[in-house]
Amino acid sequence: MVPNSEVRLFGMWASPAVWRVEWALKMKGIEFEYIEEDVSDKSSSLLMYNPINKQVPVLVHNGKPIVESLVILEYIDETWNDKPILPVDSYERAKARFWATFVDVKCREAARKSFFGEGEERENGIENLEIQLKALDEELEGKKFFAGNSIGYTDLVVGWMAFWLGVAEEAGDFKAVNSSKFPFFTAWIENFLQDPLIKNNLPPRDKTVEFFRLFRQAGSCAKANVK
Amino acid sequence: MGEGELKLLGTWGSPFAIRVRIVLNQKEVKYEYFEEDLTNKSELLLKYNPIHKKIPVLVHNGRSVCESLVILQYIDEAWSKSGSSVIPTDPYERAMARFWAAYIDDKVIQALLGILKATTEEEKTYKISETMSVMELLEEAFEKCSKGKTFFGGDTIGFLDVTLGSYLTWLKAAEKLSELILLDETKFPKLVEWTEQFLSTDCVKEIMPEVEKAEEFITKTLKPRWAAASSK
Repeated sequence: MVPNSEVRLFGMWASPAVWRVEWALKMKGIEFEYIEEDVSDKSSSLLMYNPINKQVPVLVHNGKPIVESLVILEYIDETWNDKPILPVDSYERAKARFWATFVDVKCREAARKSFFGEGEERENGIENLEIQLKALDEELEGKKFFAGNSIGYTDLVVGWMAFWLGVAEEAGDFKAVNSSKFPFFTAWIENFLQDPLIKNNLPPRDKTVEFFRLFRQAGSCAKANVK
Repeated sequence: MGEGELKLLGTWGSPFAIRVRIVLNQKEVKYEYFEEDLTNKSELLLKYNPIHKKIPVLVHNGRSVCESLVILQYIDEAWSKSGSSVIPTDPYERAMARFWAAYIDDKVIQALLGILKATTEEEKTYKISETMSVMELLEEAFEKCSKGKTFFGGDTIGFLDVTLGSYLTWLKAAEKLSELILLDETKFPKLVEWTEQFLSTDCVKEIMPEVEKAEEFITKTLKPRWAAASSK
């Protein structure tokens, strides 16, 4: 435990990047104050703590801000260094960081195209997602979680794909996750969502689907307005 | 820990490969270097980075590590006793270094490509002003991270020095080809001073490609490639 520690998390209820930070804080048993941001009307605190990206999540530890969820996760692991979330072995750590970039850059882009895109762009997005899901599926063969028998960093980072990808599929009316093509990944989704840490720490599904539906509509309108 | 067989797959001009080579050089770590032809990828590259098929790839005792920033952290941990530490030891400073490295990789290439690919004067002016905004932030970041010392990393080059520094050949090539000054010492005095210090460091000098080679590559290979792509 870090003594005299003041921890605040600026977040938004539907954001997967925010939830992965909450999961990490709860896994470590760190007490924190949560501040819900209205991202359409950002608070002066948020703009002060994250002037460059102006986004959530922002972790403020003893007055010092840390931004970008992956950076925050490593900061949490290094500052409260009992019960490590990241692997201890350097090579395993490198692999975990590799998967983090993979899901946050490649998979997110493919999901974005599948969700917002139409026609060829959507098809391309889904095709890429399937290739990526195959890679994740192969990585999971023989394992309950990416980290082994219990949840670790990679699981927290890929975690958006266990819940929010399904939400996006429903709200955006497309399908990429297929249990016969990706049996290990599908099993992992089950195991991940049933884990006590995660089960009790997710936004309400219906509300999230509705939010994503509106988000998608806004995205189409924005595209239509930009000729 | 840091023993055994080491290979690095890279290309002469890639900032991502350059930064890894500088760090290996700084730590005096021996490795076998493979220059890749990205238009004709080798079996080795396809074997060791099947997902992205990109360089750099570090292969240590037969196991591959991909993504340059991941590789830098791996090298720091595996060869922690050699040379100086690449990434800071304090968790908050590490977080700052990771944040700025991601920012640099997100913004700098886009900025330089934007200038080089601009087809109208208006577009070029816009791209230049975007680049200036990025550099203003980096000048501030340098002040915060260096704490009055020579490098982002303090007395010795570190994570952010190699991340940003690996773009310098291309930045200077873009300056010459576009006839402008990006590293303006009246606007960014600390960055300009840092550039000179960085480029004159031994472990860097031996690795950084010549600006002329980069200029030639842009003129003879990249620009025709971009022109062909946009006329499709």
